[in-house]
Amino acid sequence: MSVQNLSTAASLPGTPPGGSAARAPRRGAGRAARRNRWTVLAFMSPWIVGFGVFIAYPLLATVFYSFTSYDLINDPVFVGLRNYVFMFTQDPLVWVAIRNTAFLVVAITVGRVVYGLLAALVLTKIKRGSGVFRTLFYLPALAPPVAAALAFVFLFNPGTGPVNQFLALFGVKGPLWFNDPALAKPTLTILALWASGEIMVVLLASLLDVPAEYHEAAALDGAGAMRRFWHITLPSISPVLLFAVINSIIVGLQYFTEAVVAGAVASGSSDAVGNIASLGYPDNSTLTFPMWLYEQGFHSFNMGYASTMAIVLFVVSAVFTIILVRQLRATGATEEE
Amino acid sequence: MRSALSWIGVHAVAIAMAIGFIAPIVFVVLTALMSDQQALTKDLWPHELHWENFAEVFQKSPMLGYFGQSLFYSLTATAAMLLSSVPIAYGLAKLKWKGRTWTFYLVIVAMMLPPQVIAVPMYVMWAKIGLTGTLWPLILPNFFGDAFSIFLLRQFLVAIPQSYVDSARLDGASELGVLLRVIVPMAKPGIAAAALFMFLRTWNDYFGPLLYTGENRANWTLSLGLAAFRSTHQVQWNLTMAATVLVMIPVIVLFFFAQKSFIEGIKLSGVKG
Repeated sequence: MSVQNLSTAASLPGTPPGGSAARAPRRGAGRAARRNRWTVLAFMSPWIVGFGVFIAYPLLATVFYSFTSYDLINDPVFVGLRNYVFMFTQDPLVWVAIRNTAFLVVAITVGRVVYGLLAALVLTKIKRGSGVFRTLFYLPALAPPVAAALAFVFLFNPGTGPVNQFLALFGVKGPLWFNDPALAKPTLTILALWASGEIMVVLLASLLDVPAEYHEAAALDGAGAMRRFWHITLPSISPVLLFAVINSIIVGLQYFTEAVVAGAVASGSSDAVGNIASLGYPDNSTLTFPMWLYEQGFHSFNMGYASTMAIVLFVVSAVFTIILVRQLRATGATEEE
Repeated sequence: MRSALSWIGVHAVAIAMAIGFIAPIVFVVLTALMSDQQALTKDLWPHELHWENFAEVFQKSPMLGYFGQSLFYSLTATAAMLLSSVPIAYGLAKLKWKGRTWTFYLVIVAMMLPPQVIAVPMYVMWAKIGLTGTLWPLILPNFFGDAFSIFLLRQFLVAIPQSYVDSARLDGASELGVLLRVIVPMAKPGIAAAALFMFLRTWNDYFGPLLYTGENRANWTLSLGLAAFRSTHQVQWNLTMAATVLVMIPVIVLFFFAQKSFIEGIKLSGVKG
């Protein structure tokens, strides 16, 4: 990268070949490099400021607050590792929240990717009308999460909801879905599958990029459909698949809106906007880690403790971001020229 | 024979999946058109169509006000994003400089950061400036670049052949001239996709408006208004579903007008390794 940049400075656009640059190559190159530097700075300065003020500073401040007791009104008081000790040994709900988020991360990621891949594979096999199917498959992904959660609480309503009526056609007595602590998270997972169209579109595009000759050659060698899928299709789309997986993990780690709204509405709570009584309904089974962080930070105003939870969330999400960046470097996606 | 069977199989699966994706929307719309008594029964089809339910939603709740706030949030955030992020993406895709690759990694880091991680210091910062209770804390940062949009635009700009840029430079165009007269016209589909996604993300946002305007009903967006709607109209599933439909409609209309840009944008966001 840096080697390339040195050569860039010399062949900078706007510096005509020959001329002053040829007579005084060192000085000309220096001036061009300086001009280049100012241009880059002009284009990038908003982001440099933005990253500093809205990403780097709050990250550092979160680290600081995580070692304090802070309620927004009084100055933060340094408490050392107390928040961390409290989180791992005393907070009765944080482990519930961690387990719930872990469940949702795994279920949403596996579900979205497998279902998205299945939908994409089906679409590649359809010759006519695949565009219509693609539109229908993708449409729910646009639905505002609040609207989608409301719709699903209605659809999965145990008494009169269409889902349980459908099950009754087969003589199955439908479960309580959002009102059953064991089923609330799986029902949220179904909601996530419904809105998985984005992954489907991404995977479909990469599936269509796999050269048809590969499949033909393998078919001639007698490889069956399953073997072709494992040995040709999957390796070809693996970079896109990895991005889809990591993207889903990040979505799962910050899972908040659907759980808040579904819990509040299913509980019949009187207030669905950040209401605490209904948070995690039923029986804390939908209390996710970001929800508990939000409750601690912005309802109980334990902002120091909320920052401690934020650090944990950051560390976990950073692991997956690093995996993604390493993958990008390995495939050279960032060294395009 | 075998291919005919697999044709039937594939289409059967596709149709089953399509029903799974669309049926929820159909049931929501049907319920939105029922009388409030009928919406509490097991009926799936409305006896008579109560179109007035949609009008009633506006009477029962200040939906127009929420709509205005949502529109204000989405439009200003999108405009701010375009103003800042197109030049930034150009700097990452078409200017050559030391540290460019690392800066791009930082964009990815910012893009992958859960908003809850930095919520506390951000809230403290905006509270000190006195802007909590408004949507400005969600709008202003976009004047300094939005990570996902920068990422998307950069992916699009990288694919534009460098020769266009180089020949414009040889003709003596300044970098700003190259960006405005060469790149922007060629990147219109990418810019449209970035704008659409930004609009959609802000329109659908719940966590942000909840964090900053949760206590100030006057500045609620549609997401907050819809979440609260059900609680104030407990048993009226028909009105709740009518409100749900009303919130979904703008997004669906937007999609049908700009389907191509949406699909192109999603493909770009997939990161072809």
